[in-house]
Amino acid sequence: MNYNWNWHIFFEPNPTGAGTYLDMLVAGLLLTIKTALLAWVIALIFGTIIGILRSLPSRTASWIGFCYVEFFRNMPLLVQLFLWFFVLPELLPRAAGLWLKQLPNAPFWTAAIGVGLFMSARVAVQLAAGIGSLPRGQKNAATALGLTTAQGYRYVLLPMAFRIILPPLTSEFLNTIKNTSVAITIGLIELTGQARAMQEFSFQVFEAFTAATVMYLAINIVVVTGMRFLERSLAIPGYITGK
Amino acid sequence: MIEISHVNKWYGPSFQVLKDCTTSVAKGEVVVVCGPSGSGKSTLIKCVNALEPFQEGQIILDGIKVNDPKTDLPKLRARVGMVFQHFELFPHLRIIENLCLAQEKVLGRSHDEAVAKGDKLLERVGLTVHANKYPAELSGGQQQRVAIARALAMDPIAMLFDEPTSALDPEMISEVLDVMVDLAHEGMTMMVVTHEMGFASKVAHRVIFMDKGEIVEDALKTDFFGSPRSERAQKFLSKILSH
Repeated sequence: MNYNWNWHIFFEPNPTGAGTYLDMLVAGLLLTIKTALLAWVIALIFGTIIGILRSLPSRTASWIGFCYVEFFRNMPLLVQLFLWFFVLPELLPRAAGLWLKQLPNAPFWTAAIGVGLFMSARVAVQLAAGIGSLPRGQKNAATALGLTTAQGYRYVLLPMAFRIILPPLTSEFLNTIKNTSVAITIGLIELTGQARAMQEFSFQVFEAFTAATVMYLAINIVVVTGMRFLERSLAIPGYITGK
Repeated sequence: MIEISHVNKWYGPSFQVLKDCTTSVAKGEVVVVCGPSGSGKSTLIKCVNALEPFQEGQIILDGIKVNDPKTDLPKLRARVGMVFQHFELFPHLRIIENLCLAQEKVLGRSHDEAVAKGDKLLERVGLTVHANKYPAELSGGQQQRVAIARALAMDPIAMLFDEPTSALDPEMISEVLDVMVDLAHEGMTMMVVTHEMGFASKVAHRVIFMDKGEIVEDALKTDFFGSPRSERAQKFLSKILSH
């Protein structure tokens, strides 16, 4: 292989005229972090609501939860992003579709919401499993003390269920970060996008993707460490994530 | 205080767990419910505070109809203490927090007020030194005493016990029964599902014997232990008293 290694490429000015190639990658990294964080917040909020619905005795509630989860987890993420980005504006009334297409930062919002909803289905399933793993008597005890269903979830069931599912939630958080790279297909120039741009400008493909890999690895290490810390600070003596 | 009349309950279309159950517990009375497992005694006691729904009949608690859709069930349940076979303390809360949660969220007491009440009750069950521990750090007997204290913190008008000693090691049973005996002597209205015939003969006023969902015998303590009328009760008694 006749490849011209050049690790100094990162410090050379990029052709956009705004800083070095490293600056490009860092801008991509920041956008990846922003997209992933927003997506994760969305995933947690919707995942929690749907997870609770799936755990309620009401048939209607669990049916709604079932439909939601199956809709979002049975379609490839790529297809979902295309659906939100290219198809949805065409399905809406003309004016609304036009407005949607002209939104500034449309790829960012679409990616964050699209990845967020996709991941929320997974969070929902885990949360429902976490709630289901608690002894039935916990709910009875909360109810018998006079707590309403909402209070029972808020003060008794959810604090325990979330503790139990923290380890798998860490994986889901990491998946959320990595899944934002799919947004390159709808024009979001995040870390993967910038690495590709760098490759096209400079032909230093290995350097570009090595740097991107290292950066993904670095964010994920931060997340894993943070979640480990969270697990430890929430640990309860005698329980699965406990000391 | 507790009026149970003609209660019928089915699981599914064909399995009847409660068959025309009628009995009552007067204010200050201690009633022990016993019978072989699967006889419906736990189900019956759970119907009293509507943890279990039933299809026919009615239960009136302190003048309020339990199975009336207009009844504010959380409010009603807050006035009746319940103690479970598996304690059902909230594992993520310290002992004192277990005692405070419902006082604050249901009764609207201030935190200081709730803690003062909690401390007093912990002292009463002899667990003051454990106030800041988590449930998993306590023995079964200690946990059950905390559970009784948690129920008493709500200033209940009656107490329901659902096999409170069945999950305990023999040496821990007496420490829990001691607390219950004290309560009975203070004039607390109690409905107790238990196999502890010693407890029944010591403090119960009446004994109810259930079998296959029916109340077979509902007699004064002396009559029940002296000469149970039904053959099934005689058999049951001879089995559990033979060792």
